[in-house]
Amino acid sequence: MKITAELKKSFYIALWFILLTFPIMVIRVNTIEQIVIWRWVNLLYVGIGSFVLSFLWQLFLKKKSRSVQTIGTKPSPLRRLLYEPKFNRPALVVIAIFTIIFPFIFSHYQVNIMTTALIYVMLGLGLNIEVGLAGLLDLGYVAFYAVGAYSYALLNYHFGLGFWTLLPVGAILAAFFGILIGLPVLRLRGDYLAIVTLGFAEIIRLILENWNTFSFGPSGISNIPRPGLFGIKLNSEQSAIYMYYLLVIFCLLAIFVVHRLKNSRIGRAWNALREDELACQAAGIDKTRTKLTAFALGATWAGMAGVLFAAKTTFINPASFTFLESAMILSIVVLGGMGSIIGVVIAALAIILLPEYLRVFSDYRMILFGAVLITMMIFRPQGIIADMRKKYESHKTSGSKIKGIDQNG
Amino acid sequence: MNYFGELFFSGLTRGSIYALLALGYTMVYGILQLINFAHGEIYMIGAFTALIVASVLTVKGFSSIAILVLAAVVAVVYSAAYGYTVEKIAYKPLRQAPRLSPLISAIGMSIFLQNYIMLAQTSDFLPYPNLLPPIPLFNRFSNIIGPSELSIVLTSAILMILLTLFIKFTKTGKAMRATAQDKEMAMLVGVNVNRVISTTFIIGSALAAIGGILIASHTGRINFYIGFSAGIKAFTAAVLGGIGSIPGAMLGGLVLGLAESFATGYISSDYEDVFAFALLVLILIFKPSGLLGRANNQKV
Amino acid sequence: MKNYFFFRSVFGVALFLFFFSILSANAAETIKIGVPGAHTGDLASYGLPTVKAAQLVVKDVNAKGGILGRKVELIIEDEACKPELASNAATKLVSGKVDAVIGHICSGATKAALRTYKDAKIIVISPSATSPELTLSGQYPNFFRTIGSDAVQAKLVSDFAVKTLKFTKFAVIHDKGDYGKGFAEYAKKYIEECKNTHVALFEGITAGAVDYSAIVQKIKHSGAEAVIYGGYHPEAASVVQQMRKKGMKTLFISDDGVKDNTFIKVAGQYAEGVYASGPRDTTNNPLAIAAIDAHRKAYGTEPGAFYLNAYSATIAILNAISKAKSTQYEAVAKALRGNKVDTPLGKISFDKKGDALGVGFSMYLVKNGAYVELK
Repeated sequence: MKITAELKKSFYIALWFILLTFPIMVIRVNTIEQIVIWRWVNLLYVGIGSFVLSFLWQLFLKKKSRSVQTIGTKPSPLRRLLYEPKFNRPALVVIAIFTIIFPFIFSHYQVNIMTTALIYVMLGLGLNIEVGLAGLLDLGYVAFYAVGAYSYALLNYHFGLGFWTLLPVGAILAAFFGILIGLPVLRLRGDYLAIVTLGFAEIIRLILENWNTFSFGPSGISNIPRPGLFGIKLNSEQSAIYMYYLLVIFCLLAIFVVHRLKNSRIGRAWNALREDELACQAAGIDKTRTKLTAFALGATWAGMAGVLFAAKTTFINPASFTFLESAMILSIVVLGGMGSIIGVVIAALAIILLPEYLRVFSDYRMILFGAVLITMMIFRPQGIIADMRKKYESHKTSGSKIKGIDQNG
Repeated sequence: MNYFGELFFSGLTRGSIYALLALGYTMVYGILQLINFAHGEIYMIGAFTALIVASVLTVKGFSSIAILVLAAVVAVVYSAAYGYTVEKIAYKPLRQAPRLSPLISAIGMSIFLQNYIMLAQTSDFLPYPNLLPPIPLFNRFSNIIGPSELSIVLTSAILMILLTLFIKFTKTGKAMRATAQDKEMAMLVGVNVNRVISTTFIIGSALAAIGGILIASHTGRINFYIGFSAGIKAFTAAVLGGIGSIPGAMLGGLVLGLAESFATGYISSDYEDVFAFALLVLILIFKPSGLLGRANNQKV
Repeated sequence: MKNYFFFRSVFGVALFLFFFSILSANAAETIKIGVPGAHTGDLASYGLPTVKAAQLVVKDVNAKGGILGRKVELIIEDEACKPELASNAATKLVSGKVDAVIGHICSGATKAALRTYKDAKIIVISPSATSPELTLSGQYPNFFRTIGSDAVQAKLVSDFAVKTLKFTKFAVIHDKGDYGKGFAEYAKKYIEECKNTHVALFEGITAGAVDYSAIVQKIKHSGAEAVIYGGYHPEAASVVQQMRKKGMKTLFISDDGVKDNTFIKVAGQYAEGVYASGPRDTTNNPLAIAAIDAHRKAYGTEPGAFYLNAYSATIAILNAISKAKSTQYEAVAKALRGNKVDTPLGKISFDKKGDALGVGFSMYLVKNGAYVELK
């Protein structure tokens, strides 16, 4: 409205940022040779940049606060595309065809990164069970992923067992670890749970790193076999395509299972647990069992994803299972919209594929990723696709569709 | 016995730093129920700023005591400003958002700040000058506790006492406690909650900056990544002591530092972090809200 | 100023290359060299110097008209030393039809990526991947490196400690990393093979920890006469400082990761008397002096880790391509093995397994604030 006032405010903000970034952006010291370099031009860039950004920031914030009041009166085009059969049937067909012909129209590299992205779709869906559905904040999800990957690599190395034998083994071992971690933390809630799961994941990573005789330590395990296809020998390009189709199948399976779980008896119990633990117990739900199944089922998918990951890269070491990886998977779930399956799929593809395509910006890739996480949260905290609760009482959809998802925790 | 004493003091050094950083986490958590993942980066920025100022002053030929004072002051002011700005950008717009949104935004901020320093400064390790004054008096004991360890322990102790007094007796301190107990209620009785939150970030960041200078001087090196691992440990310390509790953060830091030191000394440093996290899990199993945390009775 | 200019120019060049590679059909006329490595994340400081080295060499070569009448083009890929990103970067480089690769930086990432290159028949020269397995296993005929393996270095260091310095009781410490731990394990093995010697303490320290005084006390307590450290200079500097501040005179012997002038600057007076193994002295080599000068001129700073190794790797591969008169795999591999080439590391060629001949190690001692080669 009052453009001049806003401009003035942006000006002061720009001034603040010039002051704030002064030592870091302008001065560069070489402590070895005792040389100081002054880069005054940077001030100008910071000033102009922060001026423009803060102006846009205010503009969008205002827009956002205005749109909050009008939310829900009309379903957004995206939502209609997703939920109205008239639109989503053709869209599904197009996506299905694209998925099938993808490896034949794109290069080896594209297939490869798409396969990586699909692994993250699986991870995202698995963590979605824990965080999105049951409300258990897990900052150490990567532990189960590591369990899966190492169980394939190690059992294959020592006993020569094949991919298809070890896939269920990896899943079961991960589920077992899920219960193992779940048991002691049953009493903990919210952020205590978060730090304990983080601690567990670090413990597992450190053991893998230090216990050489067991896990080959930091040098990792190489030459893990790729999955076989009825004994046919595949070259690296063919096996990449084979991996791709395998992951498509597993992702579809994951989507199907999570979708069924969500509206099942146990799914509703998770929801109840997420909303209110005490009321949930009062309603006669077995809290211990509900929590443990959430951990076990969530971990199962990570275990399978781990086996697939080890088979795809043919080399694993503990460096792939750091906290940053857990944070990445959690970002996928939250950015996608907690509990929402389609949202998680879209977010996983976006988070893994975007940095790959942003390689042109090489150095600026991670800083952009950080900035995107912040802006997404501020302008769309409910995620790309906010989860819609299945309603049982009536078919008339009233205004408050999106209400209710932000009351968890 | 001598060995025990040595390990004890090295644990104390480590623990004091964890405690200083943990205070930042715990204060923010107490008021906003938010894990401020960017706190470790504030600590790193504090140390970096001090390094830059100290280098410029060294080239200009200042005396070492002037360098220490000026570098520390500038670093504290700048870290506080960064903490304040981070809160305004990444957390304030999210007061009403779902619980996990500020957490993701904090992770984003942490990644952003790390890469900001890497791009604007360097990705290399830089040598860090020893800014701490030598204490000749204690040279006799230097095989047990060195001068830099001693200054770390003393500075942290003084800061923690000051902070405790501040929270207990000043008006702002009271407002902080009130906000931590009940935000709405505090607002109703006339506490400016936004200002209290900003103050919390400023104090936490200033403490982190001092921690950064102390530890970077002690280890003699710095790069853009040092905040990350220290941050995770400090956060663990805060939870160990009972997150939200200020004495808890101090105790948690010391317990964690000592545990790591003794684990290294008597068992093996291969698994020092494993022991640290295992200790955390054990304590939380028996005391789910940490050592000094208030048990949170749940009501429907 | 200069630094900003660097980022802007890299950014500009990258953008240009991007559009160029999309729009231009005759891009195949350039010789493409992939440079994958850690350019972001905690290991970026080991990856970026390689990029700079490759850029400087290529700028030089292109200014002289390129090789075989073709310009050389670099394709830079970040993989943060993560195996899965490394294998993605590898498939991307293979899809982009690179003729050779300089990298990867970390041994783990290299292992993850090598299979892709092997299938596509692309030569890989690493400036820094030291895992013995890479060459000794014989699985990767396309792999070469301009740095000695951990095993060679550990043998030299342990022989020096046992036979020259005549110590019998050691503490072997490492940083739990791929490189440091590998080195430390070989050192331990070689020491235990000698008569009357033993390792009193074998432990890892946590890189990036805030304080190392506990492990220092433990070293003292173990009664070791010398510490053998496997890892990089930042942690080594901290450990040495804390040892000396506590009045310990135990000798400190370390590896190539510590034989870096930054170590002396960081550890200051405490660095005095530290032994480290490193590539043979190159300070009198005019090519090395020129390479370091070029870096100072272009970026205004001292070169970082593995800079000379990467510089030599780039020279070696370009030389091999020009000797082979093609970029064809077998011809280039043969040229790499058969020809000696002048590099900042000296005159080098490669053996059958891919290890560089002529890139030997010597022991160095810090004396009056500088590394002095022991002969």
